[in-house]
Amino acid sequence: MTPQNKLLKKECLPTFVETLVKGGKLLYAPTKENERIEFKLIENFSEIYLDYIQTTKSIKSIVFPPIEKLFEYVADKEHVEIKDVNLNTIPETIVFGAHPCDAASFKVLNAVFTWDCNDEFFLTRKDKTTVIGLSCKNHDDYCFCTSVDLNPGSTEGSDILLTRIENDNYLAEIMTEKGEAVYKLVKNLFEPAPQVDKNAFVTQLPKLFDLNDLRGKLSFEGLSWMQQSLRCLSCGTCAYVCPTCSCFDIQDIGNQTKGKRVRIWDTCALPQFTLHTSGHNPRHFQNERWRQRIMHKFSYEPERLHVYGCVGCGRCSRACPVNINILENLIEISGGNK
Amino acid sequence: MRNDNIYKPCLMRIEKVTDEAPDVKTFRLKFIDDVQARNFDFKAGQFGEYSVMGEGESTFCIASPPTRKGYIECTFRKTGRVTSALANKEEGEIIGFRGPYGNRFPIEEWKGKNLLFVAGGIALPPMRCVIWNCLDLREDYKDITIVYGAKTVDDLIYKNELEEWNERPDVTLVTTVDPGGETPAWKGQIGFVPTILEKMELKAENTIAVVCGPPIMIKFTFPVLVKAEFKEADIFTTLENRMKCGFGKCGRCNVGSVYVCKDGPVFTYAQLKKLPAEY
Repeated sequence: MTPQNKLLKKECLPTFVETLVKGGKLLYAPTKENERIEFKLIENFSEIYLDYIQTTKSIKSIVFPPIEKLFEYVADKEHVEIKDVNLNTIPETIVFGAHPCDAASFKVLNAVFTWDCNDEFFLTRKDKTTVIGLSCKNHDDYCFCTSVDLNPGSTEGSDILLTRIENDNYLAEIMTEKGEAVYKLVKNLFEPAPQVDKNAFVTQLPKLFDLNDLRGKLSFEGLSWMQQSLRCLSCGTCAYVCPTCSCFDIQDIGNQTKGKRVRIWDTCALPQFTLHTSGHNPRHFQNERWRQRIMHKFSYEPERLHVYGCVGCGRCSRACPVNINILENLIEISGGNK
Repeated sequence: MRNDNIYKPCLMRIEKVTDEAPDVKTFRLKFIDDVQARNFDFKAGQFGEYSVMGEGESTFCIASPPTRKGYIECTFRKTGRVTSALANKEEGEIIGFRGPYGNRFPIEEWKGKNLLFVAGGIALPPMRCVIWNCLDLREDYKDITIVYGAKTVDDLIYKNELEEWNERPDVTLVTTVDPGGETPAWKGQIGFVPTILEKMELKAENTIAVVCGPPIMIKFTFPVLVKAEFKEADIFTTLENRMKCGFGKCGRCNVGSVYVCKDGPVFTYAQLKKLPAEY
């Protein structure tokens, strides 16, 4: 569809949100509690905190939950019954106020979950999720979306993108059919859009390295992965907060007579991730696991899936307990933006 | 097979359990669902995810050949949680199976060639599949030589089949056990697989070599074959990285940008040489 621009006045925003909630949709939005900003399921507009730079965790759990039930089973020695999950019960969901980096992350996840065969759990959740993005007014030293081909006003992945313009009103760019469907529910709140230079209202974040330079310089053998990863604790926090990290384990919860099989978040940072039964481990040392993290996102995923596995949100660096800063490392490898 | 839920296993009944060696068993499995049984097809070299409900899934190759219809077999050593639970299963009980996954041995391209199979220990199962596949199509291939070694006489698996291959006039079988692993009655060779292979008169011309074994055996076997002037593209092996999903999503079996579950598990030595040492 052709994108269309509308104006949403500041005073209409609460009605906009609450109409959607009352209409029966689950609505996740950024909230602030004790200085901690996270996406939460909200009921009232007053719970929402839009004046944020970044949440600690990403929005990936909405389409890729930390634990996804794959099926349930009951079994005895000679009978096994597998009970499917009814994907129709997955609710219509709206993510409200996600920054462009988060909105763009679904494309990366989608590439992983559809490249060979379709993961219906992910696809159903993604299809039932509408993203109402919010351009960034501010950034911090950890942000680097402009270095990974995105920008603070990017519409990539947003069904509707809101940008705060003059008088704290919002420019609404309705990008997709899903966005239009939401727009139609609250059409009366919108007005014709004024002529406006959106870029004047989003934060200016300089590009700090070039993706092609980075990819050209990435090398399995040739780089000093040791130095970059020496203080890494293998805790996996980086993957936990990352909007695009999608590696998982498959485990059973229950016993041999009753229980469920689940898909559960996992990460290449953990030594058990690749440990063979024999005790051999192809990625025994932390520098080998750090190399996997960087190479996977910036070399293997572009090669195999035609997407970069990073949206420049900076969460991994903010959350790292030993202050490993991925941006510094990427600048170092690529030689920076000359 | 493909269904809406790519993680949902087919249910299979254990038709037969064979004790192969200490802690090593072979299961013969049949699909419970007729439609799944009819639609199932696989090629030599492919693998599956075998599961016990409540314990989890484990990755093994399919050890029986696609030429034997109506069942599949898997051979595993009781080692971890899932294989221990599997080992406790008896005939008549039900386990889960997802597959087949991965690529295959290109045996059609080997027509008219000699075949040299080199296996060590618990790595014979993937090779057993391709050996029987080729033996069932015996006229398509010239000389077939099998070299198989294990730590001890006890650890040799498929003992009945080794005997059968030994008696066949159209198969040359060489078995060996590691020094110290022999018994007084042992009639085979004594020595590590690469050492035994080195003593044999190998002819590389018009010959395909298939090597499956522990990493240390593979490491010392490739140079023996290269010295005997085998072409790197004519030496095949299978990689065995840890896997969970089997279809390129769970993210752990990759060697560089190559996914063992999708691009493998079968690779030629020529392909392996281009990969980083991440297996």
